[in-house]
Amino acid sequence: MTASVHSIAEVMTGPTGHRGWRARLTAWRVPLSILVLCLLPWVLPSQALAVNVLIYGLLAVGYNLLFGYTGMLSFGHAAFFGAGAYAAGLGIGQLGLPWYAAIPFGMLVGGALAFAVGLLSIRTRGIYFSMVTLALAQLVYYAALQSSSITGGENGLRGFTVARIELFGWSVDFLDPVKKYYVLMVFAAVALWLVSRVLASPFGAVIEAIRENETRARACGYDVERTKVMAFTLSGLVCALAGTLFALHLAIVPLDTLSIQTSGMIVMMTLLGGAGSFFGPFVGALAFLLMEDVVALWTPHWQIVVGTVFILFVLFLPKGIWGTLIAWRAGR
Amino acid sequence: MSTPLLAVENIGRRFGGFVALEGVTAAFEPNKVTAIIGPNGAGKSTFFNLLSGVLAPSTGAIRFKGRDITGTPQHRFVHLGIARSYQITNIFPELSVHENVRVAAQAFRTRYDIWRNRAAMTELDDSADAALAAVGLVGRRAVTAKFLAHGQQRALEIAIALVADPELLLLDEPTAGMGPEETRDMVALLEKLAADRTILLVEHKMKMILGLSDRILVLHHGRLIADGSPQHIQTDPEVRRVYLGQNDGYA
Repeated sequence: MTASVHSIAEVMTGPTGHRGWRARLTAWRVPLSILVLCLLPWVLPSQALAVNVLIYGLLAVGYNLLFGYTGMLSFGHAAFFGAGAYAAGLGIGQLGLPWYAAIPFGMLVGGALAFAVGLLSIRTRGIYFSMVTLALAQLVYYAALQSSSITGGENGLRGFTVARIELFGWSVDFLDPVKKYYVLMVFAAVALWLVSRVLASPFGAVIEAIRENETRARACGYDVERTKVMAFTLSGLVCALAGTLFALHLAIVPLDTLSIQTSGMIVMMTLLGGAGSFFGPFVGALAFLLMEDVVALWTPHWQIVVGTVFILFVLFLPKGIWGTLIAWRAGR
Repeated sequence: MSTPLLAVENIGRRFGGFVALEGVTAAFEPNKVTAIIGPNGAGKSTFFNLLSGVLAPSTGAIRFKGRDITGTPQHRFVHLGIARSYQITNIFPELSVHENVRVAAQAFRTRYDIWRNRAAMTELDDSADAALAAVGLVGRRAVTAKFLAHGQQRALEIAIALVADPELLLLDEPTAGMGPEETRDMVALLEKLAADRTILLVEHKMKMILGLSDRILVLHHGRLIADGSPQHIQTDPEVRRVYLGQNDGYA
């Protein structure tokens, strides 16, 4: 019996078997992603959908760093997305920052918030960790709702429209959806490259070790708590970047950005595409938003359909779309 | 007697009102194999958890190479030179055999580097393969760890500990759940390792312990009731009473 187990194992990961194409896919994952992102506005039904896939895809990539690679199920990542969005909007509207400075500013605020939430939440594990992140994110939501003189409360944050952007002698009409898409895409592409580097770094091996076996990682000499706070902060930084792009794109920040529904949607997109894989989150965001776009044409209750698909995935394809494809290709 | 590598002074641990271990004092010389035995609930696992930093002692002190390491966080222990295996196999199941050992080797090079490409650190591959060679697992390096046979998973766990090149190796029931053949392989491995390392192990298989150990410590109800050579322990009246008394209870 054990012999057959070995042969399966060797087929899946044998030295001469499928390591080759997986290694090539890993080596080319950033150029490939950028190529797909470049094509997105031309293959999707609308350019508005393409921008959403770009932003939510990046958001899910940031979340995947924590959930898929470190194994920590946060239910509060809307807080960092929203913090990035609000900080960017306030930076432009109130502090008079130029658009390009609003992006690092939003990341700084979102990253600092993630560091604080990370410090507080990593003391707990499993469902308790999820609940603490959820509670802290709700705290941020109500803080934004209550301080309406700054944030606009229920009406959302307004009054920071960026109509034209100037950089290095270039002047781009930011109200043109295609041009806007490619400007935002440059930031997403750089972020993807950085995330890919982190995943391929020594730190990337440590977070995967923690996901696999926290006790063993600690016995191997890794400071598990410190590593988790770092992963949490890095994840928050990427989500905050997605938030700043979202603010620049919409020119308003709806209060919903910070809501529990947004946190839930991030989890759903990541799971749908495949947690713990590089392409999974983008595939998940694409599938989720495409379903919403198509189903919303014939019923306003699109969430019933998307929810059902999600449940079916969790039950029957827990590796998500991309994870299942990879496993299927590897198993052949 | 040479300077002890490890010395515990009057260490104890309580969990609320329950005293799991009390007043244990012992010193361990380098390059010796010491077995820790005792009936279930004797405090063996607690003792091991104190020695590997999983738990901090409620009383007493632990010295390693003369330095007081009481209260040191667990993740520092392997850097001091103390590595352990667990009673229940404790590996990274979804990683390959090679990656299991490689990530353990990496802890001695870099832990927080988010920039360099870890694949380029080929010296880690060499350390990992050397540790795998020591336990006879090089041929299975590409296999996902969860697909290994039980005995090989135990060996992998020892390779993970060995890559740290520890001076003190703590092995919690290294042959737990193994058949006679796997046990024989493990004993051969431990004999090889014992040549130049200090080993402490918890075990239940008496025949194996008597053949392998230079010294045996017997715990009972959280106390050290005997400490000496295997010959001495076999004839110790207190040890006989504890083990025979237990047999009476089951009869």
